[in-house]
Parts: sequence; C-alpha cells; structure tokens
Amino acid sequence: MKLSLTVAGLVLAPFLLIACGDDDPASSTAADTPSDSASYPVTVGSGKNAVEIESQPEKIVSLSPTATEMLFAIGAGDQVVAADQYSNYPKDAPTTDLDGFQPNVEAIINYEPDLVVASYDPSNLVGSLDKVGVPTMMLPAAVTLNDTYDQIEQLGAATGHVGDAAEVVSKMKTDIDSIVADVPDGPPVTYYHELDANLYSVKGSTFIGQLYEMAGMKSIADDAPDAAGDYPQLSPEYVVSSDPDLIFLADGGSNGGVTVDDVAGRPGWDQLTAVQKDHVIEVDPDIASRWGPRVVDYLQTLVDARAQLQSVG
Amino acid sequence: MTTPSSPPTKTDEAPPLQPVRLPWRWLVGSVGVLVAVVLVAMAVGPADLEPSAIAIQLLNYLPGVHLDGGLTELESAVLWELRAPRVVLAMLVGAMLAVAGAGYQGVFRNPLADPYLLGVAAGAGVGATLAIVSGTDHSLVPVAAFVGGVVGVAATYALGRGVGGRDTNTLILAGVAVAAFLTAVQTYVNQRNSDSLREVYGWILGRFLTAGWRDVVIVLPYIVLALIVLMAHRRLLDVLSVGQYEAGSLGVPAARVRVVVVLAATLGTAAAVAVSGLIGFVGIVVPHIVRMLAGSSYRIVLPLSAIIGAAFLVSADLVARTIVAPGELPVGVVTAFIGAPFFTLVLRTTRSR
Repeated sequence: MKLSLTVAGLVLAPFLLIACGDDDPASSTAADTPSDSASYPVTVGSGKNAVEIESQPEKIVSLSPTATEMLFAIGAGDQVVAADQYSNYPKDAPTTDLDGFQPNVEAIINYEPDLVVASYDPSNLVGSLDKVGVPTMMLPAAVTLNDTYDQIEQLGAATGHVGDAAEVVSKMKTDIDSIVADVPDGPPVTYYHELDANLYSVKGSTFIGQLYEMAGMKSIADDAPDAAGDYPQLSPEYVVSSDPDLIFLADGGSNGGVTVDDVAGRPGWDQLTAVQKDHVIEVDPDIASRWGPRVVDYLQTLVDARAQLQSVG
Repeated sequence: MTTPSSPPTKTDEAPPLQPVRLPWRWLVGSVGVLVAVVLVAMAVGPADLEPSAIAIQLLNYLPGVHLDGGLTELESAVLWELRAPRVVLAMLVGAMLAVAGAGYQGVFRNPLADPYLLGVAAGAGVGATLAIVSGTDHSLVPVAAFVGGVVGVAATYALGRGVGGRDTNTLILAGVAVAAFLTAVQTYVNQRNSDSLREVYGWILGRFLTAGWRDVVIVLPYIVLALIVLMAHRRLLDVLSVGQYEAGSLGVPAARVRVVVVLAATLGTAAAVAVSGLIGFVGIVVPHIVRMLAGSSYRIVLPLSAIIGAAFLVSADLVARTIVAPGELPVGVVTAFIGAPFFTLVLRTTRSR
C-alpha cells in the first residue's frame, strides 16, 4: 500500500511539474488554493521537535540561513521579518545582526515574532521562547536529502504554503533525477573536498558527501577511521599521495578563503594530477554548507565538473 | 658525626657553583633517541611509502649509486616537501619551547613557569584570529601571530613596570592580566565571526599541517638566535638560582640576565607559535623530566631540554598524524595526552627512589 503510493507519487510528480511549468497563471492559482485553506492550529515536526502553531504566522524570525532559503523558495518570504546575520540568500532576505550560533532571546523577541525557525539550540532557545509564548521550529542540519524535503514540507505546513512546498520538493526531485541521469557510468572518480586551510574534509556519509556520491564521486576521506569523525582533518601527505581526480575548495576562494592558486603553491601539491590538469574548483561555501533548495545547483556543479573531467580524459 | 672541617662534605653541599658538565651518557643517550625518533617519523606516515623504497631513494643520492625501486615523483614530493620539513619544524619548535620553558623557570624561579607565561600565547592567539577572520592571505597568519605575541609580552612588561618595580611576581601577575584581557578580545572576535571558528580552533590547538620548507626558513633565524642566547646564559641561570641578592653579591647582574633570557625565550616562542600554533605542555614537562632524571643544573637542563624537547615533539606529531590516519589530531592534544601521564610516571619513580 505504502509502496504503491510512493510509486504513484513518483510517476505523477513529473506530470504535475510539467503542468505547472507550461501554464504559469494556472499554477499560481493552484498553489495559492492550499495556502488559503491551510488549517490551524497545526502541529509540525516530530518527537521533541514537535511544535504547535496556532494561526498562520506573519512575523517569522529565521535564525538559520538554510531555513531562510527554504521560506523564500516556498513563497513565505513576505512573512519573514528578520533573518540571522548569515542569511545572505536570497538577496531580499531581511538580514539582521541576529546570531544563530549564540542566539539572544531578547533580541529575537524585539521583532515580536509569532514563529521562530532555528537549526541549532545551544542554550535552551526553544524553552526560553516557549515561556513567552513563541513557538520555535527546530530544523537541524539535514543528514539526507529526505530531511531537506521533509523540512521544506514542514515549513509549508507551518506557514500556510503547503502546495508551494510540495511543488518545490517535487521540482527538486525531478531536477535531481535529470541531473543524475547525465552522470556517466563506470567506476567513481575520486575527490577531495576542502573545508578550510587546515585540510578539514568530508566523508561520503555526510549530507554533502551524498551529493558527491550521486554525481559518481568517492571521497578520499572515506579511508579515515570513524574516530576521525565525519569531517576529518586530513594529513597533507595523505591528500597528495592519494592524488584525487577532482579538488573542490569550499573556503570562500577569493573572498578570503583558499584559492586555486593557494593550493597550487602548497609544497608538494604541484605534483597533483588535479592541479596540473586544472581540475581544482572553487565552490560557493554557502551553497556547499546548506541543505536548502540550492543543493540542486550544487549537484549540477559537481556533475558538470565530472563531465569536464571525462571529456578531457 | 661529621666534623665541620671535613672537606668532602662541604663540596657536596654547594653543587650549583661547581663546574657541572653534561654527562656523556645523557648526551649520547638523548641524541640517540632523537635520531631514532626522526628516522621513524621519516619512514612512517599516512602516505604509504615503502621504507625500503625510502632507503633506496636515500642511497641513490650517494654519488655513483643507481638502484631501482625508489620512489615515484609524487612519493618523492610527499617525502621531501611534506614529511621532511614537518619533522624538522617539529624538532625546532620542540627544542625552542622546551628551552624557553626551562629559561622562564630559571628566571622566575617558579616551577610552573612555561613559555606562554607572559602573554605570548594570548597575544599570538588574537593576532592569528584577527588575520583568519579578516580574510587576508593565509600566509599572513604566522606574521600576525608573531606580532601579536610580541605585543602581548610588551604589554605585560609595560604593565608590570607601571605598577611597580621589577619584582618577578608583579611581572607574572601582569602576564595573567594581559592574557585574560587578550583572551577576552579573542573570544569576542570569534563570537562575532562564528563561521571561521573551526579554523581558529584548529590553529589554537597547534599543528604542523601546512609546514613546508618555507615555514622552516621563516622561523630558523629566530629560533637559532634564541637558542644560542639561552644556551650562553646557562651558567648565569645556575648562579641566579641561588637567589637575586646572592647572585648580585657574586657579581652577576641579575636584572640584566633576566631581561636578556626573557627576551630571547619570548622571541623564540613567538616564532614557534607563529608557525605551529599553541602547543602546550612541552615547555613545562620536558625541563622537569630532564631535572628529575639528570640533575637540576642549567648546564644540564638547557642542552638536554633542547634535544629531548625536539624528540618529544617529533614523536607527538608522529602520533598526531598516524593514530587516526589519514585523519589528523591537533598536535597540542597529543602533547598533553602523552605528556601528562609520562610526567606523572617520572614524578612517581623519581620521588620513590
């Protein structure tokens, strides 16, 4: 039963999307209908993150850059009154100096929110806001793509954009399917994803690692033992001796991070095939560290890099 | 029992002013340990280089020797541009921190003095943090750390002098105040820039990650100069250890000796910190281990601390880069993790004798 529903959903999703894409006015009416008919109170999230929202929120404070991106993607951007200091996308996000890592409850309450969205609860933020009657949605860092879809749908239900959220999710799914379809068969190519100049990297088991896996790539950090964590700090001599096919730099590049030239200038790194063949790629650290709708763009970047590798040989 | 006129008893009672020599067995033994540790550190690492291939490669450098089975170009780059400078840098930093620690302990006559006592660490931390969060070129981080460290010590000196005199305790307290203030500055800057927290954290815990020969060349002059100055003062430190006034009565300018030793130790420490971050425990543990094992004269403690400090940090770095290979641990974690139990062991065995 459950399986057949999933199959039906998968089969139908593309058609729904095509219908929307072909006819813009029709799709917007279709999307608005569920938002008007959204029912409150609604409970979103599960377990200890379950929260009840009494009525459609009109003053949302987002302390998570990813949540901000999701809210704008599902058309709830108008309801966001304040976003944290790192919420730099989309451009019209109401970025403030609120700090999501060290949230100040009084500063948040100043915006008189009727919903707070956060990804991180370092100092009993949820409990404090609950005392003053402000519901908080916790949307922690996604572990899988399904978490991303789930969080978008939760935000849809919470903000009264159920239909838009479903649309965003199904568009992401079809986009990802079509991107992944372009990945050539054959053994995975190896990659080294550098988080910063201290050579912190990612394993294939992480959220971003799964995107790489979908693009037919295998992390050189996968050989690190569990004790080194999911984001191990690698030895430079290991990186050099494993000679990855592709190197991705997610440290901000020319905005004060590690650049392609920095890597080429490191002692011994000039021997790397990826350096010699120009297969070192600077990626946007924001897109690479968030789990919002733009993971599709990131996957496209990876597949393009992989295709370029193939064509050069 | 013993008569006051017994000459042998009298000479035994005043060891610091006797001509003390570094015993040969300790010198040979410690150098032997250092050589062994360096060879192992060169042969072992996360990049699986065959020790036999390394040996063949080394033999090939001899004139007239051409053996097959050496390293590929990539492996050779790993060995000579990554592993070798890292080992050399760990030796330099280890020797510097240990000797600086011994020097501070002698000058302040305080067994808890360590190379970071006078605000070097906190100053360097602020400098490095500012460089990292401001997003300047990464190669400027060591420079900023060095400047920060020197500024930290200068502030300590100014404050210590300002509140009164040259009393060593005043200076230590001034160091505490400066360190607390600078740490607060650093925490604040980190708080405002939480996105670069991991990088700052990685720096604070100490690492030889990006070490290439360039780093070695940068610190070599400072460390060599500091080591020479400190070694040259080893006899005066012995005199100083009997007390400032006693030293003065023996014709030793205590205040000048103190300033020179502190300056040299600080300069060397700042250079070491600039390239390796804050590596704790070496400066305090190594001199004490040497004292417990070989004797407390600075003519023994300083040279042996240099050799054993070098060997200790090379082995700590070896552990740091192999135990979770191909991952890395911060070397500062390893020095404390090995250092603390080893220190306790030495303490127990020497005290129970």
